[in-house]
Amino acid sequence: MESALVNGIQGLFLGVVNIGIGQVIMIAAACLLLYLGIKKGYEPLLLVPIGFGAILVNIPEANMMGEGGFLRFFYDAGVRTEIFPLLIFIGIGAMTDFQPLLQNPKIILLGAAGQFGIFITLLLALALGFDKLDAVAVAVIGACDGPTAIYVSSKFAPHMLGAVSVAAYSYMSLVPLIQPPIMRALTTEKERKIIMGAAKLEPISKTTRIVFPIVVTIFASILAPKGAPLIGTVMLGNLLRECGVVERLKSASENEIANIVTLLLGLCIGATMEADKFLKAQTLLVLLLGFVAISLDTAVGLLFGKAMCALTGGKINPLIGAAGISAFPMSARVVQAEGQKYNKKSYLLMHAMSANAGGQIGSVIAAAVMLSVLQGMGIVAG
Amino acid sequence: MDTWTFGWTLALIGMGGTMLVLWLLSLIILLIKKIFPHRPEPSAAKKG
Repeated sequence: MESALVNGIQGLFLGVVNIGIGQVIMIAAACLLLYLGIKKGYEPLLLVPIGFGAILVNIPEANMMGEGGFLRFFYDAGVRTEIFPLLIFIGIGAMTDFQPLLQNPKIILLGAAGQFGIFITLLLALALGFDKLDAVAVAVIGACDGPTAIYVSSKFAPHMLGAVSVAAYSYMSLVPLIQPPIMRALTTEKERKIIMGAAKLEPISKTTRIVFPIVVTIFASILAPKGAPLIGTVMLGNLLRECGVVERLKSASENEIANIVTLLLGLCIGATMEADKFLKAQTLLVLLLGFVAISLDTAVGLLFGKAMCALTGGKINPLIGAAGISAFPMSARVVQAEGQKYNKKSYLLMHAMSANAGGQIGSVIAAAVMLSVLQGMGIVAG
Repeated sequence: MDTWTFGWTLALIGMGGTMLVLWLLSLIILLIKKIFPHRPEPSAAKKG
């Protein structure tokens, strides 16, 4: 009887006895994520479930990510299979209006330049000693696109999923702080004051808006087949939006499906943040390289904008180059605000929206190209 | 394949490939717009 009592009491305090300093640090870090999401409003839809998932997984003896654990169940079902990010992409496609891009298709090139940070960061990560596929996962933070980063890292470097996802979503929410100093550093005051003509708001036919996602899917998937799931899901969502005959599916994609998957995906990402896996020098490097990647995207986009400005005889304000990243529509708003600071008559929003929509497609295309090249090089299986 | 061959190959083909695909996409958009131009609604046209 006495030993049963002792054992029972020991069982009651098992968590207290077994908690390590690493778990305490991770629970504190998780609370910081919750604070940033709830109090500061930084990507709360993701940071709140991520933070809570990180708390759950660091509770000693709870074994949430162990065999049969409830977080492990969702992780295996949705992250290992890559289904969750793809379902989120359907929602993103359903929410995105590509009309500004259709009105001004040349601007899509800024969306390509805005992805160059991915590839420069890849070289930096390799120089810092990351394995090939780990370097790919780190570099893809530069896509500035959470689901793409999650898709690629869960495929090639699942052990880094937590760090990559937290970096991707944190820096995306910090775009209004990260971009303006780079904009000022790389453009002259004269360039920032350039007034672009009123965005050519030519109406786009409904048929064009319907055909666009179908053609993009066929064309881009044939060119970069490994990226077909990414391109196909975004464009499926967009087709549901534009075709006008499946309102219920469109509504479910951008609401119920996106919300449920966001919750589960966030929890799963948090669940990868176990102390023994997350508290490493490598995690700090991932966070640092993620910042570098997004800064480089902005810088290359601005330089490309400067080149377009020179080639068009000063008709393009290079600031819109900064909107060539995938953080939609936040980056376009940052460009508009920055342009207005230097010239009250400058309205860059619609032009920046075109570049930003280009960045959305650009990030998916960049990842698709990357996956296809990796397959071609024999680094990953077909 | 050594690390740097891998890195430079992926970086160069990645940047070039992304730029090329998006440039082709911009041409395709122009083509789609040409094939399916916007036509005002008949009722709107009458009113106008």
